[in-house]
Amino acid sequence: MSRGWRALLPPWRRRTEVDEQTDADSPRHPEPGAAVLLPHVARGDRFSFQDLAAESVAGIGSRPARLVMTTLGTVLGIGSLVVTIGFAQTTAGQIARQFDAVAATQVVISPAEVRTQSGGSASTMRLPWDSPERLERLAGVEHAGLIADVAIGQAAITAVPVNDPSAASTSPPPLLAASAGLMDAVRASVVTGRSFDSGHDARGDRVAVLGARAAERLGVNRVDRQPSIFIDGIAYAVIGIVDDMQRRPDIRDAVVIPIGAARADFGLGAATEAQVRIVVGAGPQVAAQAAIALSPDAPENLEIAAPSGRSDLGQSVQADVSIVFLVLGAIALLAGGLGIANVTMLSVMERTGEIGLRRALGATRRQIGGQFMLESIIIGLLGGLIGASAGVLTVVAISLVQQWTPVLDPLMVVSCALLGAVVGLLAGWYPARRATHIEPISALRGA
Amino acid sequence: MTPDTAPDAVPDGVPDPAEDAAPDAEMIAAPDAAADDAPDAAGDDAQDEAGDAAPESETDAPLVELRDVTRSFPGPPEVQALKGVNLSIEAGEYISIVGPSGSGKSTMLNILGLLDRPSVGEYRLTGALTGSLSEDERAAVRARMVGFVFQSFHLLPHRSVLDNVLLPMLYSGIPRDEREQRARTVLERVGLGHRIDFLPGTLSGGERQRVAVARAVVSAPRMLLADEPTGNLDAVSSGEVMELFEELNRDGLTLILITHDPLVAARAHRSLRITDGRLHEVEAGSDADVEVEVEVA
Repeated sequence: MSRGWRALLPPWRRRTEVDEQTDADSPRHPEPGAAVLLPHVARGDRFSFQDLAAESVAGIGSRPARLVMTTLGTVLGIGSLVVTIGFAQTTAGQIARQFDAVAATQVVISPAEVRTQSGGSASTMRLPWDSPERLERLAGVEHAGLIADVAIGQAAITAVPVNDPSAASTSPPPLLAASAGLMDAVRASVVTGRSFDSGHDARGDRVAVLGARAAERLGVNRVDRQPSIFIDGIAYAVIGIVDDMQRRPDIRDAVVIPIGAARADFGLGAATEAQVRIVVGAGPQVAAQAAIALSPDAPENLEIAAPSGRSDLGQSVQADVSIVFLVLGAIALLAGGLGIANVTMLSVMERTGEIGLRRALGATRRQIGGQFMLESIIIGLLGGLIGASAGVLTVVAISLVQQWTPVLDPLMVVSCALLGAVVGLLAGWYPARRATHIEPISALRGA
Repeated sequence: MTPDTAPDAVPDGVPDPAEDAAPDAEMIAAPDAAADDAPDAAGDDAQDEAGDAAPESETDAPLVELRDVTRSFPGPPEVQALKGVNLSIEAGEYISIVGPSGSGKSTMLNILGLLDRPSVGEYRLTGALTGSLSEDERAAVRARMVGFVFQSFHLLPHRSVLDNVLLPMLYSGIPRDEREQRARTVLERVGLGHRIDFLPGTLSGGERQRVAVARAVVSAPRMLLADEPTGNLDAVSSGEVMELFEELNRDGLTLILITHDPLVAARAHRSLRITDGRLHEVEAGSDADVEVEVEVA
């Protein structure tokens, strides 16, 4: 008889029966009769996880309106979690900016130094002259500039080309060379006149910007008449006086000339360091990228001082602010989970007939339970994804309005989305269990 | 065996959509009894390897055999829904089971459809004992050997007619690349080829029941259990569905019909009556009321 059944199968199926491996996972049959009733089914034709997923998705998709209502709870819960944590991170950045603005937004890049045998130190590389252009292309960089110490030996820097033998000999103010963007990068404020631009730099114009104290010392206090100073006898036109450099206060005592002029007149060989002004929170990323941008072949030859992503101060404030919101988020999430549990339960009740039918058609209890479980997980995951996206958008939108820099940890966002799936899993457990205990015939005869 | 004999089994009166009916009949026509007397061992190595020690599965074993089956539900008061039932059904039979409500009809359906186990006694399907099967194995046997048709159709309301017919093949292990073709062929066969993409809600009762029949036979089961299949249908649709059943039966499918309707029951070739958990044979041709009570032994 069983052979007759077997003969029902098309010939190619019969053949697969033969060469199909004897499955290690096929149950042992104590009764020989069992084997007769259970022809082997090729692995690919069994009820697979894809089938389960397809059935679950179809089950969810058949009630779109309900799906929206069901996911809403998770969306709100996950959304509020992401917003809470995202805001905590963003405001930590803001707080850092307000309390310690410079430290949080300044990056200094200099060549690494090695000790020489003679006891001195030597740089392992030179910063390329186009470093500012390379750096300003990076996301998160606002301004970048090069600065170099120019050695002029005993040469004098004076405002008048008069050799006054009676005057006490003083050491000249230090001479620095800078690229056009440096004054912006170190946040210099121009007291009078202007700073030089890239045109001056490129042409090697003999212009100079004086630090406020250097100007005082040289007796220059107005630039509208284009006063000159003489550096090692070469006349430079003073075009501006700057002050207020918090990162490089030494510039206040110095005379600054364009790099182009320094290279032409004094044979400047290399820049000392690059000063970079970044947006809040971009420190770690700029540090990593700048090294590669400036020295792609040997990024380790650069020393980069960058602020870390968050400050201790910010963290302590964050802890106070976010505990309240975290609790609110958790409550919303709980409500969302209960919502899923309720709707899945309702759906199990409503689909009693379907469950009975599937069981009669040969679905095992596990397959039924798995279907409802997966439906619930998918609903939770969907809610988590939508909620996390909405949360990110909210943080970005509010940051835009407040002109803050949004700071979000991508790992946090992804984890929150996955948390939605976990909520779905927990919520679906009980209804799925109920579904597996529905007796087929009573389900099929009712209604 | 079946693929060869199947074309002959297609009755002449049936409007067959395609003359190359071989695949069609092969899938719908359940294996007829011819398989019993043919040894047909060729190419069945795997089968022999798996079940060679099955002395029960002699080639002439009946499709269904109940021996002293009693089903009792515990808990005060204990209820015996079936009492010492003996029944033997050969492949290809057309049987109706009648009886008042509460008489044990649905318990009988449960047991025959492997949805429930007898408390006492044994149930052999094609000669093989089913008592030792695990829950999952029973589900697998159900998927392959039993088709169900219900009074209230139980179609999935949000899935198309085609999807509804594809559903059982998810569980019965029909090769994936055959599934859609099978479903379409069966739907053609029940006369619903033009309704394939409709939702069940847009169909009439008779059409819905025909979809349910298509779903029941698409996996080529050995027997079809129909539970009040015409209970929700008007006389015309009823007649159509019954004709469809009989057509399938003529093609070799074993048909077991549970019904209240004496007219429906009378169409069966063999009629059984359950009263108070006991099964009696109703003599063929006799009026439903004038029944000769013979214990089927």
